[in-house]
Amino acid sequence: MSEKKPVDTRHRAVRDVVRHVSFDEPAVFEKSVPGRRGTRITPPGRSLPDPGAWLPEAMIRKSPPGLPELSENEAVRHWVRLSSWNFCIDHGFYPLGSCTMKYNPKVNEAAARMEGMARLHPYAPESGAQGALELMWSLERALACICGFDAFTLQPAAGAQGELTALMMIRAHHRAQGNPRSKVLIPDTAHGTNPASAALNGYRSVAVESGEQGILLAGDVAKVMDEEVAAVMITNPNTLGLFEREIRQVARVVHEKGGLVFGDGANLNALMGRVKPGEVGIDVMQLNLHKTFSTPHGGGGPGSGPVGCVEKLTPYLPVPRIVRDEDGSFHLDEKMPGTIGRVRSFYGNFGMLVRAWTYILAVGRSGLGDVSGMSVLNANYLMTLLGGLFHRPYDGTPMHEFVLTDKKLKKETGVQTMDVAKRLLDLGYHPPTVYFPLVVQGALMIEPTETETPETLEAFAGALERIVREAGEDPEVLHEAPHATRLGRLDDTLAARRPVLRWTPGDEEDGNAS
Amino acid sequence: MYTPHTDEDIRRMLERIGVGSVDELFARAVPGEMLTSGGFEDVPEAMDLASLIKTMRALSDRNTASCIGSCFAGGGAYAHLVHPAVDQIISRSEFLTAYTPYQAEVSQGTLQAVFEFQTMVAELLGTQVANASMYDGASAAAEAALMARRVTKRNKVLVSEALHPEYRHVIRTYLAGLAPEGVEEVLTIGYAKDTGATDTVALAGRLGDDVAAVVVGYPNVFGVVEDLTSIAKAAHDAGALLVTATAEPVSLGILEAPAVLGADIPTAEGQALGLPVSFGGPGVGLFGCSKKKARHMPGRLVGRTVDTRGKNGYVLTLAMREQHIRRERATSNICTNQGLCALAVTVHLSLLGPEGLREQALMSAANAHALRERIAALDGFEDVFDGPFFNEFAIRSKRVPVADLIEGLAERRLLAGPALGRWYPELANVLLVSTTECLCTQDMDALVAALREVGR
Amino acid sequence: MDFPNDLKYTKTHEWVKTEDGVATCGLTAFAAEQIGDVVQLELPEEGQTFKLDEPIAVVESSKASEEIFAPLSGTVVASNMDLEGEPEKVNESPYGDGWMFKMEMSDESEVSGLLDADAYAKHVAELKEG
Repeated sequence: MSEKKPVDTRHRAVRDVVRHVSFDEPAVFEKSVPGRRGTRITPPGRSLPDPGAWLPEAMIRKSPPGLPELSENEAVRHWVRLSSWNFCIDHGFYPLGSCTMKYNPKVNEAAARMEGMARLHPYAPESGAQGALELMWSLERALACICGFDAFTLQPAAGAQGELTALMMIRAHHRAQGNPRSKVLIPDTAHGTNPASAALNGYRSVAVESGEQGILLAGDVAKVMDEEVAAVMITNPNTLGLFEREIRQVARVVHEKGGLVFGDGANLNALMGRVKPGEVGIDVMQLNLHKTFSTPHGGGGPGSGPVGCVEKLTPYLPVPRIVRDEDGSFHLDEKMPGTIGRVRSFYGNFGMLVRAWTYILAVGRSGLGDVSGMSVLNANYLMTLLGGLFHRPYDGTPMHEFVLTDKKLKKETGVQTMDVAKRLLDLGYHPPTVYFPLVVQGALMIEPTETETPETLEAFAGALERIVREAGEDPEVLHEAPHATRLGRLDDTLAARRPVLRWTPGDEEDGNAS
Repeated sequence: MYTPHTDEDIRRMLERIGVGSVDELFARAVPGEMLTSGGFEDVPEAMDLASLIKTMRALSDRNTASCIGSCFAGGGAYAHLVHPAVDQIISRSEFLTAYTPYQAEVSQGTLQAVFEFQTMVAELLGTQVANASMYDGASAAAEAALMARRVTKRNKVLVSEALHPEYRHVIRTYLAGLAPEGVEEVLTIGYAKDTGATDTVALAGRLGDDVAAVVVGYPNVFGVVEDLTSIAKAAHDAGALLVTATAEPVSLGILEAPAVLGADIPTAEGQALGLPVSFGGPGVGLFGCSKKKARHMPGRLVGRTVDTRGKNGYVLTLAMREQHIRRERATSNICTNQGLCALAVTVHLSLLGPEGLREQALMSAANAHALRERIAALDGFEDVFDGPFFNEFAIRSKRVPVADLIEGLAERRLLAGPALGRWYPELANVLLVSTTECLCTQDMDALVAALREVGR
Repeated sequence: MDFPNDLKYTKTHEWVKTEDGVATCGLTAFAAEQIGDVVQLELPEEGQTFKLDEPIAVVESSKASEEIFAPLSGTVVASNMDLEGEPEKVNESPYGDGWMFKMEMSDESEVSGLLDADAYAKHVAELKEG
């Protein structure tokens, strides 16, 4: 590993930082003691039969799974200690571009944990699940209204699965027209899921370069548009934070040749209550409830990726659909002849739907525009505060996020995007998204979200100013950051070259356990 | 709500930016004709906090079938015991409100938890490695079928009819876009009407050098434990991989690990290991395979490495399989795992330990076997299958339509099912009954008494 | 940067060494440097046949995944299995232990379409300027 001399810890730049809590804690398996128990399962006095009473010998487990044996106290301590090594929104500012790390209201959590929600079985009779069905039906209607679509499905388990679902619907539509087509057009600013979703539907991706202004130009789309193109996949605002101003013209070009426009709804937060995707030419779009509708990110999931569409695509939506009967009751309908099928079991990540509906009720009709309004205000304010501190590759008024680069800083001081990101950790902030979008070298993608105060943005701008100043005075401090975290930079190359993907007995003797 | 800006904040910020209003900011960014003229009728007006809680409570209360009392319903979602510590741990802000652990130095909690999850899942499935989780059991099975196609470079997938019908449906949906027009690449293998297990003769008859994978439930949707050893042999002799889908993972407390019996890509739904049924979601897909096949595996992986000071730590690794690097050549389009659900499973299993899981499995199975005997002895009911089963079994109502039966049980605050006729016309009057360790003798007495009253 | 004279090259940065109708192929030092620390490879299997310019292998670093194209048509007769355990050899010894696969050529005339060391060096210089 690094053979450089560690930075002197008496140095002020290293001392004057945010210290992170750091209890040592080994892998849970290393705490295991044979015979120790955390939960009593069997009532005292009840003896359990041998599984041989019911199962042939060959089907019975010969050796127990290697799960740890801990007391409840030891187990809880393990998890609480691990939790202390995480940075989270409730700790501080988390301006991770494209990920919309807004505050997750606590009342959402309370609602999802209500017994009628959490303990409702998916095969409960519909007459006993009317609250859940009504909630889902209402959420579908509200999302359709917010997006300007005819219908929604809540089934996809995450944004990426929603995207996959949308592509399946696109394919089903073209197949019904007689030719499933073979290609999709994807701008160079797209999320990596776009080409992957296309490939899973047998489509070849054709990249379209964005114009000099960082947006997709209808003329460029027209050059590659033909009757083999099933769809164009557009994120709006795009990953540069810019509104796709030519989206209507792009849609016209695509529609004229019978193609469809897929919208990646990852950035709906910037539009809510002000622009309806369905009104600007988008035919089908996935949402990420954990972005726009405040459900927690949970360290990577669960998400929820509803898909909305215009009328002509509704026959292809996954089953079951929620139907409202004339008497006002709700039922699930599996029989939709054109449907693509289903992309997961049951009806979706219901717990996330409860949270999203709670959020919509709290924000309300007239609050929708405040969400997008304050998120765009915050992004523009922060960008203004940063002034010319960093190079900005594309001009234009950004919406909910903006992209800067390390071009100027690197040239003047040798300090790169990764160094800035790691130094922000020392100063108590989560870094922005780095090195994405791919079209921008050394990108720093900053999304403050609407739930942050101007004071927070000012403090963050101050932190970046400090970093730029440090880059000029003592770049080594930045190259070796972070200094205040539990661990220094981790060796990704070693992890990939010699993958250790699970704990095995004997690991604790490797010596350097933390 | 949730935006902290005072009027004075907004004024000050706008002034600094140099625009007159927020609307003006939008006018600069978005062409005017694209701004909507309104129409948000289906979004209710905002509520105060008290009304909001009251409204959600009212919706919750209208779910009168939620299993407050005793739950005999199964079919892929199970009301097993969840240790109260699980919800307290996963409710901690540090886990709940963190993102995917891209910045490893401040995400070691999540990363180490995932590493421990991968280890526990590999132990349950009997594999060398397991990934950081998939969306649910059904999509995990579909991803396994896709992976088998990549590994074998063959196209056909044979799916047992006794695999959960929703899992089968998801596999068909996932593979539909990759088949040439008019070619069916997912084929169904029937089940034996006496045992309820996959028809191995029919399976052997269809296997050939075009088959990438055989997919079976373990246990299957009837609760029957498949004979994996012989299915694996048949599949391997034909050069195909065996994919298993375990919808009831508590069974793995006593059942032999699927990989030990020959499954190449075992998958499972993890809900029963620490998550509430929550109307079917979120769940968490478990996915394992051998080290050798790991580079074909979809989904996130966490690996151990060292930091600049030589200390052990964890990072997301082998990312080159994934969409953000490989784009159209990725193994899957999946971006993240079911983070918090995977954490719940890990916390839960750390509290259960191997003995706790085994006892949970034994009690669930013991309850099921006792209950089936009692129900089959009732006037108006009979057994359907005689294959070995775990905690779930099919029972035929000879006189009363199964819908009336479910209704009658609901009136007594009892829940069983699903009715298998929803998927299998030949099982028109058959009800699935499942048990957990949470049920006591009185609960089972109540179910038997209710069936006696309603079912004759 | 080193481009040995006894090797032939492609514009997509594969090197080729021909001997008795068999071509040994790998990634050039320039490409190895560009892609960064190689962490994994997907190599062709013995007996597989490829046409000129078809994707034949994948080289992966922690930041990129690049396809390698068959520099010639032919049948794979060997893959360097040592790279599975030690992918770093592609960076450390691109023309030696870092070789990737050997092909029996089906059309030896294709060799004349490859670049010599000077032409490849010029190509690389142009890329660096561009």
